[in-house]
Amino acid sequence: MSGTGHDLEHSGGHGENPLAPGLPEHTPRRADVDPRAARRAERQVATLFGVAALAFIGFVIAYVAFPVDHVTTVPVLGAVSSSNLFLGLTLGIGIFCIGAGAIHWAKKLMPDVEEVSERHELRGSDEDRAASASEFGRGTAESGFTTRPIIRRTLLAAMVLLPVPLVVLLRDLGPLPEQKLRTTLWAKGTRIVSDVTLQPIKPGDIPPGGLISCVPEGLDKVEEEQGNLNARAKAPIVLVRMRPDQIRSEQGKNWDYEGILAYSKICTHVGCPTALYEQQTHHLLCPCHQSTFDLADSGNVVFGPAARRMPQLAITVDADGYLVAQGPFTQPIGPSFWERG
Amino acid sequence: MSAVTKAAVATSDYLDDRLGSTKWLKKNLGKIFPDHWSFMLGEVALYSFIVLLLTGVYLSLFFVPSQTEVVYNGSYTMLDGIKMSEAYKSTIDLSFDVRGGLLMRQIHHWAALLFVAAITVHLFRVFFTGAFRKPRELNWLVGVGLLTMGIFEGFAGYSLPDDLLSGTGLRIAEGIMQSLPLVGTYMAMFVFGGQFPGTAFIPRLYIVHVLLIPGIILALITAHLMMVWYQKHTQYPGPGRTNDNVVGFRLFPIYTAKAGGFFFIVFGLTVLLSALFQINPVWMFGPYTPTEITAGSQPDWYIGWMDGALRLMPNWEITAWGHTLSLNVMIPAMIIPGILFTILGLYPFLEAWVTGDKREHHLLDRPRNAPVRTGIGVMAITFYVLLWIGGGNDIIATQFDMSINEITWTLRILLFVAPPIAFLITRRIALALQRRDREKLLHGYETGTVLQLPSGEFIEVHAPVSPQERAVLTAGESYAPVVIDDGPDENGVTPKIPFGARTRAKLSRFYFGEQVERPTQAEIEAAEHHAHELADSQQAQIPSGSQEPSQH
Repeated sequence: MSGTGHDLEHSGGHGENPLAPGLPEHTPRRADVDPRAARRAERQVATLFGVAALAFIGFVIAYVAFPVDHVTTVPVLGAVSSSNLFLGLTLGIGIFCIGAGAIHWAKKLMPDVEEVSERHELRGSDEDRAASASEFGRGTAESGFTTRPIIRRTLLAAMVLLPVPLVVLLRDLGPLPEQKLRTTLWAKGTRIVSDVTLQPIKPGDIPPGGLISCVPEGLDKVEEEQGNLNARAKAPIVLVRMRPDQIRSEQGKNWDYEGILAYSKICTHVGCPTALYEQQTHHLLCPCHQSTFDLADSGNVVFGPAARRMPQLAITVDADGYLVAQGPFTQPIGPSFWERG
Repeated sequence: MSAVTKAAVATSDYLDDRLGSTKWLKKNLGKIFPDHWSFMLGEVALYSFIVLLLTGVYLSLFFVPSQTEVVYNGSYTMLDGIKMSEAYKSTIDLSFDVRGGLLMRQIHHWAALLFVAAITVHLFRVFFTGAFRKPRELNWLVGVGLLTMGIFEGFAGYSLPDDLLSGTGLRIAEGIMQSLPLVGTYMAMFVFGGQFPGTAFIPRLYIVHVLLIPGIILALITAHLMMVWYQKHTQYPGPGRTNDNVVGFRLFPIYTAKAGGFFFIVFGLTVLLSALFQINPVWMFGPYTPTEITAGSQPDWYIGWMDGALRLMPNWEITAWGHTLSLNVMIPAMIIPGILFTILGLYPFLEAWVTGDKREHHLLDRPRNAPVRTGIGVMAITFYVLLWIGGGNDIIATQFDMSINEITWTLRILLFVAPPIAFLITRRIALALQRRDREKLLHGYETGTVLQLPSGEFIEVHAPVSPQERAVLTAGESYAPVVIDDGPDENGVTPKIPFGARTRAKLSRFYFGEQVERPTQAEIEAAEHHAHELADSQQAQIPSGSQEPSQH
């Protein structure tokens, strides 16, 4: 280093403290000098090991004695599975006692005189370093690695390209995104059905101030066909009803039906279903990260980490008087992504 | 020779004939390990991992890693007729139909929480005592790798049962992946085998959880322990303990009994915890469905800080040129953890660069003797804990009837204000403690005994510290801050100091600019000599029979 540096090079013994005394003299324990104390310690260790052995036998008894659905009521804990409780207690006590016995044994009966061993600097000697450096140099020269650049470069090219097939192999892990994040089951005229009863909903079914979790009609059939929950992850909506004069704004003209509004249920932050609705404020809150959306005001974000408003679904009623979508969502639902725009 | 010894020797000879193992045994059976309670934190982590392997193998005999939908009709009648994945159903069956199955699941979960907790506290110990210094920087990196892997492994395990909470966690993970610029949507599609949730992910996650990450952890643990073994353990300062020796007990039999016994203690306590305290009752949450959620959903403790970061982040998002950049997700979920772990990994190298110390360090620092390092550590912990509290902001709001908006805003501000304050206070306390050490060395400790001298003067008797304590108080050393002479030289030329050197000098002043001067050997010896003289003169003045200082 230059004059601005102050490197402290290796120097043995920098931790030698002239003010520190040597190891203090060993004070014998009671068991070292009193054979009765030693015998007592011996009995204690043996008791611990004995308890462990008994506990394991107890485990087998508990395994046979308690049917898996048997319930015991224990103070403080309440009603608990007897099997879990007694298997756990016997196994736990047994294993613990082995450990306690071993440590007690070590502490009371095995020697407790501290011993000193010297450290040796980890680095090899300068001669060894020089020898290995020259060995390395010899090997490099003999291999011709430095003198035959064409071999070196082609090897380098091969090694650089080696991971490519491995990465390419990962391509078929999944399909390309394409339009998958932009589409849902909602289309013009899709009936809105309750997520619980799967029955279509008439405007009168929704009490004022109420909220119903809904899905598109036919979702169950799609799930059956596809064998997954992918459609369900994008389709859920909430229906809320408020007095038309309480609606301050919507995402489109006449997207509500007589004060009934439909919004996506999937949070625009990272995709949790939003579930907590405050009737008075018309706020919809996501329980994961507390993003809050004002459903009376276009679903705008009023608090929390979500950046964009909750997508609204335009609704109306069909000829039979059931609530239906006016069309698909006009924007992707759920969390943002790079291509979303 | 006892029968046990004979048998051991016969085995050892058999192996030696084939492997030449006696040389190694001879050297290592008597290997000395230093003793301190804080050295057992890493052991707790190691033993929890063994418990995880044992219980994990048992669980894998029953768990079905499949998202194929089935209808439940089993012992837990509350879920009868409900559609669920095979993964969830097999978890319920394991919990309700297999004797000891619930116990094994609970041991596995408790051990996982303990594993990451023990790693974290072990990391604090290593950091605050400077155990990461040369020659142990590489082992520090291995440790940071273990912590990272432990967090991923825990999250994977939490996600496998496919209950409502685990599925929600995966939904969040998918949302985070999507936030990555350019590759986010592709990554999410490839990882989940299509759209979320699909049916490919749990089988994939399963093999990651039971093979890939445990394999990596096992390899890292092996490297970690081999380095500890080869470099020999650090030790705390004390009488007879120097930088060039190890003081402690032999591996065989004392450490075999102590450390082996401690494994059983950790294992036994985890089993007892699982017998008495329920954890992750997945049957109460119900199977995962993307349309449902419970209020107050919380991840396992070690994910809490990342969840808190997500919650506290302002809702910034940039949309331009047809693309969306979700800073509100990327910054808390990717950038902040990335920066924190990078700094964590690089810290030993940064500190070594600042001190310029290239020597081996085997004697641990007392945290007070490295005030800036200790301050940085407390600052980082403060930052982490604030994020962690943020992860529970909804629980705090409901439990204490507070406004969630106010809690969130308070935490946002504290996140910037509190860590520097924590740093300043910690450094101040460390320096004050150093001053007290200095006082004690130079003037002895206050005995609490007040004497009236014949002259009428009152004095308090100070007694020199014991040799043992003196060994501790005088341990460690000070570094001098780097001073750069950048004034014009005799020819009037101002030297050009490279940026690196200037930065290093600045950091060095930051680290060592303010420190308490350590008493020199001569000063301490003079002080002790003086104390003896004083004691002699007092003895001469005090009537006999009352010179024993009495404790009050």
